[in-house]
Amino acid sequence: MSPDKMIHMANQIATFFKSQPGDEAAARIAAHLGDFWEPRMRRQLLDHVATGGEGLDPLVIEATKQLSAPAD
Amino acid sequence: MKDFIIPWDDTDKGTPAKTGAPVTLTIDGFEVTVPEGTSVMRAASEAGIQVPKLCATDSVEAFGSCRLCVVEIEGRRGTPSSCTTPVAAGMVVRTQSKKVQKIRRGVMELYISDHPLDCLTCAANGDCELQDMAGAVGLRDVRYAAGENHFEVRQNGEANPRYIEKDNSNPYFAYDPSKCIVCSRCVRACEEVQGTFALTIEGRGFDSRVSPGAANDDFLTSDCVSCGACVQACPTGTLQEKSVIELGTPSRSVVTTCAYCGVGCSFKAELNGDELVRMVPWKHGKANRGHSCVKGRFAWGYAHHQDRILNPMIRDSIDEPWREVSWDEALGFAAARLKGIQQKHGRRSLGVITSSRCTNEETYLVQKLARAVFMNNNTDTCARVCHSPTGYGLGQTFGTSAGTQDFDSVEHTDVAIVMGANPTDAHPVFGSRLKKRLRQGAKLIVIDPRRIDLVRSAHVGAAHHLALKPGTNVAVVTAMAHVIVTEELFDEAFIKARCDWEEFAEYAEFVSDPRHSPETTEALTGVPAEELRAAARTFAQGGNGAIYYGLGVTEHSQGSTTVMGIANLAMLTGNIGRPGVGVNPLRGQNNVQGSCDMGSFPHELPGYRHVKNADVRAIFEQQWGVEIDPEPGLRIPNMLDAAVDGTFKGLYVQGEDILQSDPDTRHVAAGLAAMDCVIVHDLFLNETANYAHVFLPGSTFLEKDGTFTNAERRINMVREVMKPLNGYADWEVTQALANAMGANWTYTHPSEIMAEIAATTPSFAGVTYDLITEKGSVQWPCNEAHPEGTPLMHVDGFMRGKGRFIVTEYVATDEKTGPRFPLLLTTGRILSQYNVGAQTRRTDNNIWHEEDVLEIHPHDAEQRGVKEGDWVKLASRSGETTLRAKITERVSPGVVYTTFHHPDTQANVVTTDFSDWATNCPEYKVTAVQVMPSNGPSDWQEHYTALATRSRRIEAAE
Repeated sequence: MSPDKMIHMANQIATFFKSQPGDEAAARIAAHLGDFWEPRMRRQLLDHVATGGEGLDPLVIEATKQLSAPAD
Repeated sequence: MKDFIIPWDDTDKGTPAKTGAPVTLTIDGFEVTVPEGTSVMRAASEAGIQVPKLCATDSVEAFGSCRLCVVEIEGRRGTPSSCTTPVAAGMVVRTQSKKVQKIRRGVMELYISDHPLDCLTCAANGDCELQDMAGAVGLRDVRYAAGENHFEVRQNGEANPRYIEKDNSNPYFAYDPSKCIVCSRCVRACEEVQGTFALTIEGRGFDSRVSPGAANDDFLTSDCVSCGACVQACPTGTLQEKSVIELGTPSRSVVTTCAYCGVGCSFKAELNGDELVRMVPWKHGKANRGHSCVKGRFAWGYAHHQDRILNPMIRDSIDEPWREVSWDEALGFAAARLKGIQQKHGRRSLGVITSSRCTNEETYLVQKLARAVFMNNNTDTCARVCHSPTGYGLGQTFGTSAGTQDFDSVEHTDVAIVMGANPTDAHPVFGSRLKKRLRQGAKLIVIDPRRIDLVRSAHVGAAHHLALKPGTNVAVVTAMAHVIVTEELFDEAFIKARCDWEEFAEYAEFVSDPRHSPETTEALTGVPAEELRAAARTFAQGGNGAIYYGLGVTEHSQGSTTVMGIANLAMLTGNIGRPGVGVNPLRGQNNVQGSCDMGSFPHELPGYRHVKNADVRAIFEQQWGVEIDPEPGLRIPNMLDAAVDGTFKGLYVQGEDILQSDPDTRHVAAGLAAMDCVIVHDLFLNETANYAHVFLPGSTFLEKDGTFTNAERRINMVREVMKPLNGYADWEVTQALANAMGANWTYTHPSEIMAEIAATTPSFAGVTYDLITEKGSVQWPCNEAHPEGTPLMHVDGFMRGKGRFIVTEYVATDEKTGPRFPLLLTTGRILSQYNVGAQTRRTDNNIWHEEDVLEIHPHDAEQRGVKEGDWVKLASRSGETTLRAKITERVSPGVVYTTFHHPDTQANVVTTDFSDWATNCPEYKVTAVQVMPSNGPSDWQEHYTALATRSRRIEAAE
């Protein structure tokens, strides 16, 4: 998908979990991405982070550290 | 014998059932015990004794006008009418005596003296209560010579001034006043059952006539919504289905389930041979209780429409005409292409879209095709674009993705919130049931940008209408919670007992912040603070509070958050776990609930269990003998994105028209055009089929066995009323496709598929066709703990244990108005059309809605020089289309509204690709647009019409 759309979607998820009490936002973002994003989408996100992650909410970048690489 | 033997008694017991303490009386010497408040007539019927009657029927309250049902009661003077006399303990009733027989014959004689005696050529011949009663009372003679009357066209050589011609204006039924006995059953059905009040009795005494609407109205121009309740109630041939007039009285019937909306009404399909004559709502249907709407009752003609495709077709590329081929060739072609794609592009390059219009069994097989044959989880369904946020939101808060109540529950509701739903149009039978409760005094709060009919219509009105700005649902729901928490109106005992207290405390602190107060949020929601406070107080303090919601809640970038907010409100006020309360998503399509239950989503196996869980996968791996991919699959919008990227190449779509129904049409078209094998399995060459390589003809709901699950979690039987015109039920076609790919499936009947579902899915463990047939329907969960199903959920505890309060911070959508696109477009449905209109557009329902129109406020229209009926261009950053304007104050200034029933309008060319943060459910309900006068169709419309015409060519057979 277009990088802009992916960035928008990832940031939307971050925005929700940021609003939740506690300090587990990054972990919960990672869990959400793992549960609902198909491997290609996660791969695209991880690739984007690897090249600097421009436009992504810092929490998304933080979350990708806990995001399991897609099994093939 | 094909007939399904109905185990229920369909006798008309004359007056409605009552609930009350048992009362015992004697009727014709037989003792009978009935609830207090029951009429003598009904009590007699319960004892197997039918008292003659004309003006009484058990769908409406007794009226006591025909005097045919008179009886004698010991110790009482005269001959009271049994329909209006309630039973009393020890009462001794005689329904037959010389005296009452004489009265009844006298009454009948008078009726017949003003009724045409053309029984043999009357459409109601054999199905006429007047005829039956003449027989039952032993009428042998009519002593009165024809004097003034209502039935003779000419009298004494002159036109009879009392004769009124037949009204044929409604496409589905005729009104013949000459046959009317003025029992007013139709008028009362319109009031009590449907709640429209379109009919009245005009005049008095001998001048009394049934009249639709005002003096100059006919049935079509009146307020009549063509639900058929009056036709159903009419004891004579006065109000008669045109199909019966044309085809004759039906001789057999099969009980089945309507395939339109998520209410899931039960119908009796009545036939001669395999020719369907009429659909009649079944009084024992637990969702509809004998009521219907114009779609289910009358709009079934599409099943035999000439556009229906009955032979499989293929083509190498989409610019070629279609070629009709044998089933074997079509399936072989499809299988070879799919296998080729997987070899070249990998296992995850294929996917399926299950249909929320097909049966549970069919849906189960389509997702099984993805998981067990394609070997991936690329399965999704139309719920993606409607109620996927319900799945996520209710799953997170309550632990399961379903409405908490049955529809009967509304009879116990004291305050109903209707949010982002328009039941009188989109869920009409539930709408009527809600209106009935409102007329009994329940209060209503409407939260909707539009002034829907429920806000103000005959004898019904909303106590509060919160006309919020589209996109601000979360702010409104959170502000309501703010009022309930800060004014300490919450149900502390319920929360302590049933919810996680610590999460509640965090939530209470969050909502109490002044930034969530109605006074602060008023600026962005447009809802006056006082009105919102009053609504919150009404809901919290008004007794049983129930929340009904629809796609106006889910189809937003914060759809899932709003669903959680709704669940929060229900928990805060203790409105969960008993009749009259609850959280009730109104489902769009007939089997949206079922398609979700059946594992249509790419992250869940049947029963809402994530594919990442090895124990769940193991159940299906053992059953199917394959290894299941542990990774979530692509959702519909993701499939289209991946197609554009070139990694997703083949799609099997069953009974779904994504090109018309999904947002951002151009993107959908680009995705479909990028695929190498699109298989459309449908009744018609729908819009998606313009991009398809294989067309597999589908079967209608009349042509197969199976089950649908409605919005109440009610599993209803769908029965094969006639053989499939295309040769195969849809489950057989999916099985054939799977087998063409080497699957070796061997189902011989859908009941075997249900057995597999029950064996693998705990909430369906106890479901069998025998049980559903015996009980009429079953609500899941149905298992060892709930052997007969579960009408109410979360009674003693939530599915997940403790109910979970979730913080719901409002986040404005990124779809914002500005100088270029200053108005907000929101979309919806109307009564007579259904979804993309593939079915209803192929019926006479078009008489009510032949094109999509743009509702615009007079202020916005004037500013743009737009007049009623003008062509206008509707443009967003995604695209533009043209349609006609309808100027109305139903929408607020700054908001415009349209429907998406017609492919030539293509409202979704305009909608954007923004979506719900959690589920990717598209944000249909908010699009920034501009409206301006226009001369005609947009470039896209012209281009698309040409493409559609080209694409639908079918090569002539040699």
